[in-house]
Amino acid sequence: MKDEISREERVDNLKGMGCSRKRVEDARFTQGKGNYVDDVKLDGMLFGDFVRSPYAHANIKSINTEAALKVPGVLAVLTAADLEPLGLHWMPTLAGDKQMVLADGKVLFQGQEVAYVVAEDRYAAADGIEAVEVEYEELQVLVNPFEALKSDVILRPDTVDENGKAVDGAHGPRNHPNHIFTWEAGDKDPTEEVIANADVVAEEEMYYHRTHPCPLETCGCVASMDKVNGKLTLWGTFQAPHAIRTIVSLISGIEEHNIRVISPDIGGGFGNKVGAYPGYVCSVVASIVTGKPVKWIEDRMDNLMTTAFARDYWMKGKISATPEGKITGLHCHVTADHGGFDACADPTKFPAGFMNICTGSYDIPTAYLAVDGVYTNKAPGGVSYRCSFRVTEAVYFIERMIEVLAIKLDMDAAELRRINFIKKEQFPYKAALGWEYDSGDYHTAWDKALKAVDYDGLRAEQAQRVEDFKAGKTRKLMGVGLSFFTEIVGAGPVKNCDILGLGMFDSCEIRIHPTGSAIARLGTISQGQGHATTFAQILATEIGLSADSITIEEGDTDTAPYGLGTYGSRSTPVAGAATAMAGRKIRAKAQMIAAYLLEVHDNDVEFDVDRFVVKGAPERFKTMKEIAFAAYNQAIPGIEPGLEAVSYYDPPNMTYPFGAYVCVMDIDVDTGVTEIRRFYALDDCGTRINPMVIEGQVHGGLTEALAVALGQEIAYDDMGNVKTGTLMDFFLPTAWEVPNYETDYTVTPSPHHPIGAKGVGESPHVGGVPCFSNAVQDAFRAFGNTHTNMPHDHWRIWKTANELGLHD
Amino acid sequence: MIPAAFDYYRPKDMEAVLSILAEHGDDARVMAGGHSLIPMMKLRMADVPHLIDLQDVPDLSDIVVSADSIKIGAMVTQADLIDHAGLTKAAPILREAALQIADPQVRYMGTIGGNVANGDPGNDMPGLMQCLDATFHLVGPDGARDVAARDFYEAAYMTDREDDEVLTGVTIPTPQGGYAYEKQKRKIGDYATAAAAVQIVKDGDTCTFASVAMTNLSDTPIYSADAVDALVGTKVDDAAIKAAIAAMLDDIDPSEDNRGPVAFKNHVAGVILRRTIERAWSRA
Ligand SMILES: Cc1cc2nc3c(=O)[nH]c(=O)nc-3n(C[C@H](O)[C@H](O)[C@H](O)COP(=O)(O)OP(=O)(O)OC[C@H]3O[C@@H](n4cnc5c(N)ncnc54)[C@H](O)[C@@H]3O)c2cc1C
Repeated sequence: MKDEISREERVDNLKGMGCSRKRVEDARFTQGKGNYVDDVKLDGMLFGDFVRSPYAHANIKSINTEAALKVPGVLAVLTAADLEPLGLHWMPTLAGDKQMVLADGKVLFQGQEVAYVVAEDRYAAADGIEAVEVEYEELQVLVNPFEALKSDVILRPDTVDENGKAVDGAHGPRNHPNHIFTWEAGDKDPTEEVIANADVVAEEEMYYHRTHPCPLETCGCVASMDKVNGKLTLWGTFQAPHAIRTIVSLISGIEEHNIRVISPDIGGGFGNKVGAYPGYVCSVVASIVTGKPVKWIEDRMDNLMTTAFARDYWMKGKISATPEGKITGLHCHVTADHGGFDACADPTKFPAGFMNICTGSYDIPTAYLAVDGVYTNKAPGGVSYRCSFRVTEAVYFIERMIEVLAIKLDMDAAELRRINFIKKEQFPYKAALGWEYDSGDYHTAWDKALKAVDYDGLRAEQAQRVEDFKAGKTRKLMGVGLSFFTEIVGAGPVKNCDILGLGMFDSCEIRIHPTGSAIARLGTISQGQGHATTFAQILATEIGLSADSITIEEGDTDTAPYGLGTYGSRSTPVAGAATAMAGRKIRAKAQMIAAYLLEVHDNDVEFDVDRFVVKGAPERFKTMKEIAFAAYNQAIPGIEPGLEAVSYYDPPNMTYPFGAYVCVMDIDVDTGVTEIRRFYALDDCGTRINPMVIEGQVHGGLTEALAVALGQEIAYDDMGNVKTGTLMDFFLPTAWEVPNYETDYTVTPSPHHPIGAKGVGESPHVGGVPCFSNAVQDAFRAFGNTHTNMPHDHWRIWKTANELGLHD
Repeated sequence: MIPAAFDYYRPKDMEAVLSILAEHGDDARVMAGGHSLIPMMKLRMADVPHLIDLQDVPDLSDIVVSADSIKIGAMVTQADLIDHAGLTKAAPILREAALQIADPQVRYMGTIGGNVANGDPGNDMPGLMQCLDATFHLVGPDGARDVAARDFYEAAYMTDREDDEVLTGVTIPTPQGGYAYEKQKRKIGDYATAAAAVQIVKDGDTCTFASVAMTNLSDTPIYSADAVDALVGTKVDDAAIKAAIAAMLDDIDPSEDNRGPVAFKNHVAGVILRRTIERAWSRA
């Protein structure tokens, strides 16, 4: 057969890895044709919603539902008393703790679920909520974890024995009833010794404030129990649909095959949609009780006030160095505010996530980390917001400590980084706190970044600005923010990563159709990342069929293979690997079929873009389309019909994406207003599957990072009231507040990943926050600032300037 | 965020509006653009069993620019203010201020009448109207009456308007001289941390007329007569501006909120007023 098109054209037609293929999802999203959980409408569907506590800490003396039940359209009101006989008034959290589904005698945070009103529509439910009478007895509120660890007030009765002594928690002994765990990594004594004897030691305390990912779509579900066939279908905003199925089965006793969990389109997750919420449990119970489908959808305030928050880490660091700036030791202690329940979604062995990546990109010989988790009267949650298991906290910590050390050494912070980077030839690099970094080339990335922004020029301009400021010629200071981050993503190896005992592998199942198109199903679920686009590209390259001919399907547990879902930038590192491996199984079988069709030995054909060719005779070939047809329709001796494959991938290691960011910022010292003049982001995420999708991820992550660094927070007053419960006060940047981002890259493939890809979804957030923050801090360095806490909103920046005496 | 049940009315004339108001008293409220009222209803902070939509009531949406005054109907939207060429020429400060309110979506709905009648200290139009010495036109069961913008505001959400009265429009004397509206906010769509409106007239190099009003720095907008006195008759030099700022600071009474503590707000109020005066003066 004669080939009409060139090899380059065949490669282009595949739309495989490396091409900026347009996102196939966007046609429906941009036309309002997405199918989100609130779009699920079933016959006779009811609506459930919560009576929520106005108090942060109170006993519940009584709940009177009589008036509510008289509200037209209200069918039922569930309280803890109704759930208790089913054993569902509490539920397990993903962190080994348990959480009240509905207030069991007391409430622990403002907005906590107290009763669940089931009504014919959401309007009746809202009226019903108003009519439920709850009598509260207010208790002393603890919003500060340090006070909680000293207080006589015991937040959780289940943390003490009958003598009032603290009982062990899921992660070991408690040293106080309000203490959840202590988690340690590294070597305590040697680290303390190194620091005690060091020439130079910098110390700093920093608070990484509580914030929230605020996905555009709030959390919700529709539960539908079919009493005839005993099947429960649960649609919802689930980042881990299979895990939800298993958990629902374990806590409800419904056999797993009778539960179908469906994640339809999800409007952003960022970790907010990993955990299990009381709304899911109550909707399931309500559907079982009423025999009708029940929908629950949070409003914005519910979402901000009660679902998985992010951060709330009080970090105390010491870093030691030689007079020349070579780092010798790092010590970190964290007091972690988990709120009323420990509802993080950490791997079991990592109650503080991967905080022990806090040695960052630097060759630090000795280090020690200890994290104390604490209960307070705040909403539960913790691991969310593109933080991949506390990596955001860790990177913020080390990137601030580096700056603080640079100040102590009176050194340039870029140079200090450079002389401490792990060198290219040191990879795989075993870090002092336990991780083995797979690959990196930090110096190359750093040099490229600094050159791109003309770093020396920026510093010269900044020095001039300081002169001008001192001379009264300007009231604006200039900050140069630096950050070099190393991420740890792709959880993870089953040997050390599980959630509630569920191993963190992932999966892909491929079915090639006879005419040479395909469907692939994965255990992950896109929330906007563009999986349908990029996973098809991986497969296109692996199996030689055009990405346009490959459907990617996720999120339906009845059809998709088991997987642990999408968060922690794990989809490409884990499910992406499974996809490549499944593709290779397809290719292996295709090779045998091709050899048969070409009448040569298996080893005499080789894969070339979209076909197998006879080695040395490229004019003799069979395209993958031809092979697919033959696989089904030709009797081939010794080979089963069909062309399908499944792969379950247990990664041998995490992947370690990295990047170099620079931010140039002008700050009005009189008003605290910041202006980002320039933001340069170099990302190395290993092999790049779709550069455009990467760029989109980077833009989104940087915008979130900007928000967090410059104003976004979940703030509480002393009474535990949430002060930032609406978008009026919770800062969600618009195009107006966002600068133009310059993106760049280097490529250092992961040596252990089948296609060398590392993941990029969280990098820009992780690396961006310290970069924006460092820019603010750097602007004031010349005036004696070492550290101020985020968020750097106008008044806090103003306060910094004021305290440094910059206002007359 | 679901409002309590309410009855919806869409009367065709003012008489019908007034009669519904008379019938239901406190339980009825008019709605203009709904962009302050509906959020309050959804938060169940406003309970409005009878909601009267003003959009079909005639003669509330005109902008009439005459030689020495401008009349703006209550239902004129902020977007209309921005788009009206004659208005922009006669009173450019209106456009400059309206562009700093909320975002385009809100401005297509929000009206000048709703903005000034609302009584929220965060609203930008009330301070601006005080700066421009506007007169508000009200109509009620006892007929029509006028109130000066500078006398209208009593406390947060408390105005001189009676519950059974409707605001039909505002009239402002055509502003003279240079102008500026400066607003510091945390983000697009935010109410002011501090905002200032200034009109100023320059004769030779002397200020012969000034008007100064501040927004979101007290529970009402603040027209600062003392700040005006500090400017008029001066060359608007640094000393005069400092005196005006000091006078203004005596008049405002900001409270702490998520935008920051009182000291910060006072400081920013001063900085913003200085910038507003300087910019207005440069245009005078
Ligand atoms: C996200 C967002 C951001 C915003 N940012 C700003 C901002 O920066 N600056 C700013 O000034 N505003 C802001 N607003 C408010 C917005 O400008 C409102 O539209 C405006 O305050 C009210 O105008 P309205 O026509 O929507 O009035 P409505 O919401 O309909 O009414 C407001 C109140 O005024 C009463 N009312 C309305 N019309 C009349 C009348 N003719 N006679 C008597 N009473 C009347 C109503 O009964 C009600 O009590 C914002 C709103 C939103 C939603």
